[in-house]
Amino acid sequence: MERFATVTGIAVPMLWANVDTDMIIPVQRLVGSGRQGLGQYGFERFRLDPDGSDNSDFPLNQPAFRGAPILLAGENFGCGSSREGAVWTLMDMGLRCVIAPSFGDIFHNNCFQNGLLPVRLPFDLIRRIAAAMEEGPGNARVSVDLEQQVVVTPWGEAVPFSVDARKREALLSGLDEIAQTLQRAEEIAAWQARDQAMRGWAWDGVALG
Amino acid sequence: MARTLFDKIWDTHVVAELGEGWALLHIDRVLLHDLSGARALSEVAELGHALARPELVFATPDHAVSTAPGRTGETFAGGARTLAGLRKRAAETGIRLYDLGQPGNGIVHVMAPELAIVLPGLTLVCGDSHTCTNGGVGALAFGIGASELTHVLATQTLMQRRPRNMRIRFEGSLPPGVTAKDMILHAIGRYGTAAGTGFAVEYAGSAVRALPLEARLTLCNLSIELGAKMGLVAPDETTFDFIAGREFAPRARAWDAALADWHALPSDAEAHFDLDHRIEASGVAPQVTWGTSPEQVVAVTEAVPPPRNPGDRAALDYMGLEAGRPIAGTKVDWVFIGSCTNSRLSDLRDAAAVLGERRVAPGVTAWVVPGSETVKREAEAEGLHRRFLEAGFEWREPGCSLCVAANGEAVPAGARSVSTSNRNFVGRQGTGARTHLASPAMAAAAALAGVITDVREWP
Ligand code: SF4
Repeated sequence: MERFATVTGIAVPMLWANVDTDMIIPVQRLVGSGRQGLGQYGFERFRLDPDGSDNSDFPLNQPAFRGAPILLAGENFGCGSSREGAVWTLMDMGLRCVIAPSFGDIFHNNCFQNGLLPVRLPFDLIRRIAAAMEEGPGNARVSVDLEQQVVVTPWGEAVPFSVDARKREALLSGLDEIAQTLQRAEEIAAWQARDQAMRGWAWDGVALG
Repeated sequence: MARTLFDKIWDTHVVAELGEGWALLHIDRVLLHDLSGARALSEVAELGHALARPELVFATPDHAVSTAPGRTGETFAGGARTLAGLRKRAAETGIRLYDLGQPGNGIVHVMAPELAIVLPGLTLVCGDSHTCTNGGVGALAFGIGASELTHVLATQTLMQRRPRNMRIRFEGSLPPGVTAKDMILHAIGRYGTAAGTGFAVEYAGSAVRALPLEARLTLCNLSIELGAKMGLVAPDETTFDFIAGREFAPRARAWDAALADWHALPSDAEAHFDLDHRIEASGVAPQVTWGTSPEQVVAVTEAVPPPRNPGDRAALDYMGLEAGRPIAGTKVDWVFIGSCTNSRLSDLRDAAAVLGERRVAPGVTAWVVPGSETVKREAEAEGLHRRFLEAGFEWREPGCSLCVAANGEAVPAGARSVSTSNRNFVGRQGTGARTHLASPAMAAAAALAGVITDVREWP
């Protein structure tokens, strides 16, 4: 996983509610794809007009927001399909942080697995940051500091956010969770032995002959 | 202390408490499909790990395979390489793969209960958000991402934060023509698509107890559309009758031991739910979505509601609908009966019963995509396929098909589809496709009428 500590830059507003992972990346783009190179298809149904040209109304197409590392989003961002390709797509587009009032559960987990930081802030505040970004003469910036757990708004206010301590540690250190769990191999084996004795029915029927 | 069904399953599976509500959970069953599964198996190998317990892993291709009659794994060229990868990795690792044309093949959440891969009290995961479907047998089943799936395959465990408990009780009896699909759409319409975020949802109450097992799977299927990763129904005699005798069901003495454990699973009478909702079943009407989120739903007798926000306006625009007009009477171009929500034998029977001897309206393209090879064979043994074919439906091979349009099959841009699936998202059934979610009976009625119509008017 990629490490995350701080990010400072442009924040692009896309404040619709219920942005689902199908919108972030259509499934067709994930058939036979790898983790890399998905950014070009990010939000493609919204970024392109029917004739294939860029839809200039779409926030991510606007010159002022190109290359933004932070996305400002609405309620329930990343709901729907569990596809982790949605996170890979956002990261490939250069995003490192999504700020939203709430997230889809599976998407939220997937973010941490890849070093994309999901930050929950009240929607009113997100709207004010969005307004500041839209009005800013091109130099408005937002900072997100995971170590200190604060978002610094374009007007310089440091707003604290909370994030799960386990996930924070993992992101700051770029932890390999599989290696971490495999250190508990004995505990896992002991649990399985105990369970086989107690719930034999859960194991017997599927034993490979 | 009194515990919920969810609490009991969770507690049994804690290998280690990790603090702050986090636990390392044992995972009893892993399901793989061609998209997320093939990739995960490769990743485990590339990271240099072995599969922790191959006997607990089950795979089936469903997403990126053609469902055209006579299809092979190569008919949809886009998915051929993925499928070849899945076959190769399955052979290397020794996991069970239910390949095309074999009994056991089908949509992953249809085949798992069908083979009794999922049992009451088990934990089950899949790299697929509709894994919650399997909670209908009283299991803790949930969707995970690709990295988490790799973790499970390599360790047979998963780090999870304990969700909170929610209960939705449906009390009383359902009116005729109203199904589990209508119950859950009604709940999503009432509480919204984010209501279940961070919760495990137990469906309870007399109307749920009265549901056949397959309908409970439908109910749990849309838990993720309520925002909840996990949905559950307490196991009871209906569950046990359904499971008995299936491929991986416990047998003989193991069955008796299992039954004893399963009887202890239902939530204790005093168990605490962080949120407890109650819905009168008699007040639920056949539902149909009008927008591009499952919460944008009305009873078929109602009008398209006025927009409350820009999202509603965008949805109306995409769907080509006008607020204030009755949803019934909206012209339909496509009808899709299928998906892990509603493609089981009972769903096909419901739809066929509505058809009777009648024919699909001119101009409507109508498909039935059975949920599994076994569903297909059983339906054919009953002659259901003839009913569909004679009515003018296509009778296809099992797979996800028009639910997600990952296999080259799609509803054309601008066309309006009544679909028994679970997502009406923008472009979900194909770029520009307009999806109305409804029950199989409602979908069949729409096929006959050529417009959205109240199934209760088609006796
Ligand atoms: S039928 Fe649809 S929702 Fe179900 S697993 Fe397939 S794509 Fe997902």
